[in-house]
Amino acid sequence: MSGPNTDYDPVEVTPLHAEEVERTRDEALTAFTEAADLAALQEAKTVHLGDKSPIVLANREIGALPPQARKEAGQRIGAARKAINEGFASRLAVLEAEHEERMLATERVDVTLPWHTPQLGARHPLSLISEQVADVFTALGWDVAEGPEVEAEWLNFDALNFQPDHPARQMQDTFFVEPAGSGKVLRTHTSPVQARSMLSRKPPIYVICPGRVFRTDELDATHTPVFYQVEGLVVDEGITLAHLKGTLDHFVVSMFGEGLEARLRPNFFPFTEPSAEVDLKCFVCRGASVGNPDRPCRTCGSEGWIEWGGCGVVNPRVLQANGIDTDRYSGFAFGMGLERTLMFRNGVEDMRDMVEGDVRFSRQFGMEI
Amino acid sequence: MRVPLSWLREYVDLPADVTGRQVAEQLIRAGLEVETVEESDLTGPLVVGKVLTYENEPQKNGKTIRWCSLDIGKDEPQWVVCGAHNFEVGDLVVVVLPGAVLPGGFAISARKTYGHVSNGMICSSAELGLGDDGTHGIVVLEPGEATPGDDAIELLALRDDVLDIAVTPDRGYCLSIRGVAREAATAYGVSLRDPADLTLTGSGENGYPVRVDDAKACSVFVTRTVTGIDATALSPRWMQKRLLAAGMRPISIGVDVANYVMLELGQPIHTYDKARLSGEIVVRRANAGEKLMTLDDQTRELDAEDLLITDDSGPIGVAGVMGGASTEISDATTDVVIEAAHFDPIVIARASRRHKLSSEASRRFEREVDPNLPRYAAQRVADLLAEYAGGTILPDETVVDTHPKPAPVTIRADHAARVAGAVITLDETVRHLASVGCTIEAAAADAVAAPLAAGAHAPVLAEVGVTTVGSTHVEGDDLLTVTPPSWRPDLRDPNDFAEEVIRLFGFDNVPSVLPAAPGGQGLTVSQRRRRRVATALVGAGLTEVVSYPFTGAADFDAMGLPADDVRRTTIKLVNPISDEEPSMQTTLLATLLRTAERNVGRGANDLAIFQTGLVFLPKAETKAAPLPSVAHRPSDAEVQSLYDALPDQPLHVGVVLTGALAPTGWWGKGRPAGWADAVQIARLIASVVGVEPIVKNVELAPWHPGRCAEFSVGGPDGMVVGHAGELHPKVCQAFGLPARSSAVELDLDALIAAGPESIAAQPFSSYPVAKEDVALIVPAEVAAADVQAALTEGAGELLESVRLFDVYTGEQIGEGKKSLAFALRFRAPDRTLKENEVADARQAAVQVTVDRFGAVQRVG
Repeated sequence: MSGPNTDYDPVEVTPLHAEEVERTRDEALTAFTEAADLAALQEAKTVHLGDKSPIVLANREIGALPPQARKEAGQRIGAARKAINEGFASRLAVLEAEHEERMLATERVDVTLPWHTPQLGARHPLSLISEQVADVFTALGWDVAEGPEVEAEWLNFDALNFQPDHPARQMQDTFFVEPAGSGKVLRTHTSPVQARSMLSRKPPIYVICPGRVFRTDELDATHTPVFYQVEGLVVDEGITLAHLKGTLDHFVVSMFGEGLEARLRPNFFPFTEPSAEVDLKCFVCRGASVGNPDRPCRTCGSEGWIEWGGCGVVNPRVLQANGIDTDRYSGFAFGMGLERTLMFRNGVEDMRDMVEGDVRFSRQFGMEI
Repeated sequence: MRVPLSWLREYVDLPADVTGRQVAEQLIRAGLEVETVEESDLTGPLVVGKVLTYENEPQKNGKTIRWCSLDIGKDEPQWVVCGAHNFEVGDLVVVVLPGAVLPGGFAISARKTYGHVSNGMICSSAELGLGDDGTHGIVVLEPGEATPGDDAIELLALRDDVLDIAVTPDRGYCLSIRGVAREAATAYGVSLRDPADLTLTGSGENGYPVRVDDAKACSVFVTRTVTGIDATALSPRWMQKRLLAAGMRPISIGVDVANYVMLELGQPIHTYDKARLSGEIVVRRANAGEKLMTLDDQTRELDAEDLLITDDSGPIGVAGVMGGASTEISDATTDVVIEAAHFDPIVIARASRRHKLSSEASRRFEREVDPNLPRYAAQRVADLLAEYAGGTILPDETVVDTHPKPAPVTIRADHAARVAGAVITLDETVRHLASVGCTIEAAAADAVAAPLAAGAHAPVLAEVGVTTVGSTHVEGDDLLTVTPPSWRPDLRDPNDFAEEVIRLFGFDNVPSVLPAAPGGQGLTVSQRRRRRVATALVGAGLTEVVSYPFTGAADFDAMGLPADDVRRTTIKLVNPISDEEPSMQTTLLATLLRTAERNVGRGANDLAIFQTGLVFLPKAETKAAPLPSVAHRPSDAEVQSLYDALPDQPLHVGVVLTGALAPTGWWGKGRPAGWADAVQIARLIASVVGVEPIVKNVELAPWHPGRCAEFSVGGPDGMVVGHAGELHPKVCQAFGLPARSSAVELDLDALIAAGPESIAAQPFSSYPVAKEDVALIVPAEVAAADVQAALTEGAGELLESVRLFDVYTGEQIGEGKKSLAFALRFRAPDRTLKENEVADARQAAVQVTVDRFGAVQRVG
């Protein structure tokens, strides 16, 4: 920096005149305001704030002033520079915002377009419903029990009080495993899992057994040789038919909704005595269609009740064959067909849809039933 | 069992206006399975007419019609055309008038025919739904049977509801009108007029000679003889009508009467032409080589276990199943020997199965018939033959009866209430037992042996009160000695009696109480992991399907399994649905590929499906499963041998991918599903259950020999758990799948078992990561997984991860070689790694690949 030039007449240093500084400032602000885009603003910045801009040049002149004048000129120039810088910054912010807005607008896409990653697949509804049943009963503290599909004849029949020559044993349309007399069958119901549970556990026993079973029926709209059942078994002290009814009522409500109930009709099964068929109060019409031709119900055929399964108090002969002390314990059991349940619950009209493995059948359900 | 309502009404005073449907509802509540109620579609007017005049009018077609005037109780005669000629002036006939509908939905109107307007028609038996009465003409009523103008529907009981009941095995007595009537009487609280309540006219001696050699198999054998019948006599119209309604065809008076009595009482009857019998009737087991031509004209080879009816000529019937042709009654028969017997249910069931012959008789005997019935049933047959076939009943009667009397059963007086968990008073209990026909005696509580356990769930019943049986005052813990009626051989155990009481008490009246189970543990580890696998596969875009587990040689051939492939050794069924598919699947793909084929055939080209299911793997040594006693629990050894006799049945998961995984679209070209996707899905399944499998190339059908990955768990010498990869081109072709379809099959049970019990959390470092890439040239046949394993092994503890990111083959590196590029990440738990530490670790990693595979680092 050079020393003070005492001969220098500040009045003669034009750029530092107040009106000149104001003019320089106003020119800069006008140029910024008039800059239409960021490039123009950058150009204006070079002109009005660059190294050779009037305000920067004027600043350099301050040193040439006599000391007594420097302060005033410095303040004047400083204020002008501040104003110019602020003008630039505010214009820059506006232009940048405009620029971003324009750019985002150009990047707009059609969000309804499909994409190439795989869509969600689907569970088979039989799996979903059997998991739902399992969840209802595990919530009650029951276990989910399982067993093999090729089963010992003894476990499938004898242990359940199906005597060898009893008509009930013939009614089951059994697949037998070679050679004849092998003592092995494809299980005709999930009941052998009950026998296995009694043989392997000590009471209290609370189990639910979903599974695939087999009968020699031809496939048609309402029959299939391979189908799914779910059975429940309780063996405990003081178990009664009332407990069976309570369990079935709970099951009905869990699967079909509040306010519904089960109804028992006497029937015959070898492994239970007394035995009954389970009907479910129609969850669609709730009985309103009965005797009311104006409001027919397809789900229950205007019967008000839907046949659902079988149940009963475990025959003490069954307990005995499986080593349960009948003086101390009693039990109940129940069972339902899951295909049938899906048919009336979800309006599946043809059994074949459920067993043929057409993906379209599963896909309409996805992960829910 | 088909039960016409009118027949039921004969024995039970049902309310007059009650319909078949209403009766059915009551019977269903009582435990009978009424499957359908047939309601007659017949509507009137259908009236009795008296023939006033008729003119015979020959027609051009050769027929002669009659133009008749009839008195139908109106001022003016009714004029109709009639084609039949079996009536005379003054006869009473049945006339259907315009506006009526005859059975089968035939609507009647006045119509022009043969030059006249016929205002209705005169009806034949068949037109009224009564079957062919053999007259080939119209129905002519007995003189004085009715008055012209009477409602013929009522007169002939033409409109009748028929209940069809599926009789459960424990209710054999309901295979009779008598049995159903008993239930209906109880249901409506009215008394039963027992049709078996007959006057026996037999002397009990001097009947047709009979010897029973097997008293256990045949405990009762009764014969009566009726002489001098006209076997050509027509069965009465009411009997024919009832037989038809019950589903049996009227044949001849002899056959019809036997069938009628069987339907009425439930006792199967056999009738013999006495003239064709020779010598004593002997009931015995068959001898080897004996044959019999049965009534259906089939010659049957007899089994030594068959129970036979024989005479001097040899076998004349398979007892309780079907009679022989040689002693059958015919139109020429005059003297009839009636057989009414009681056979052991098991003997009959076995014979019926053995000869594949289920008759009306065998169905009843299998379910056990009332052993007290034979004398009454034989009497009823004789009475009907005497009345309708003009015979004479001989007082001579054979009665062989060694049947034991029903055994009394002792039950706690409150047993039914305890089983039900309901307040059933002792009064009700005794009343219900009596109404099913039991006789009841009471004993004091002193005799109660075993005190009943207090029970976790106190029975709902509190007080059951007291009642009086005979002169005995009964309380809840007193004992009842109950003797079942002869027609209820199924009532043996205390619970059998409880069921009778509870069903009559009403299942609806039993309260509903949810039992409290002890705390459970939720799903097992395996059950939880299976669900997660399914969920993950669905997330990856796969759809779950089900298919039957049946398979056969055609599937194995299509899969290209070699002749000695272990998967061809299967569990076979004695009676498969299809002879082409006699086996249980040993691989899920056998059936899943068929399912894929069906879907592709239905137009689904881009398919990603999965299934879980058991496969059935025979054991090296096949043993029969034992059939231990059911009197007590089998021993542990017996239980074990039951389990051991069964094949291994692990749960597998199978996947088939065909076509494109990603379709071509606006984003660019699509991506076909390939071997790598299949392998990746198998890896996904393994990682869902927490298993890191070892993967290597193998050759195995049905996969492409160069594109099959074997998955194993448990280290280098671990267990193979399945395969994944591209299917062999021939397999794709055989199953009609697009080229380069791929598949996975894994043993899910084994994978899950290999999963961790629990996962211990590891701390992770917050120091910076050091990244190093390395490219290695190795022989082409070296597996990338092995090179990666070698790098991992050599890099030591500082290695955080290693990932293959490039594979290159080409001129630059020479034939038979490939370049594999890996990204390595190093990090220490406690410090920032120094450059030389990283370099050393990298070099150590590379060195192992050099030593093991002769790898050369690729530079630049």
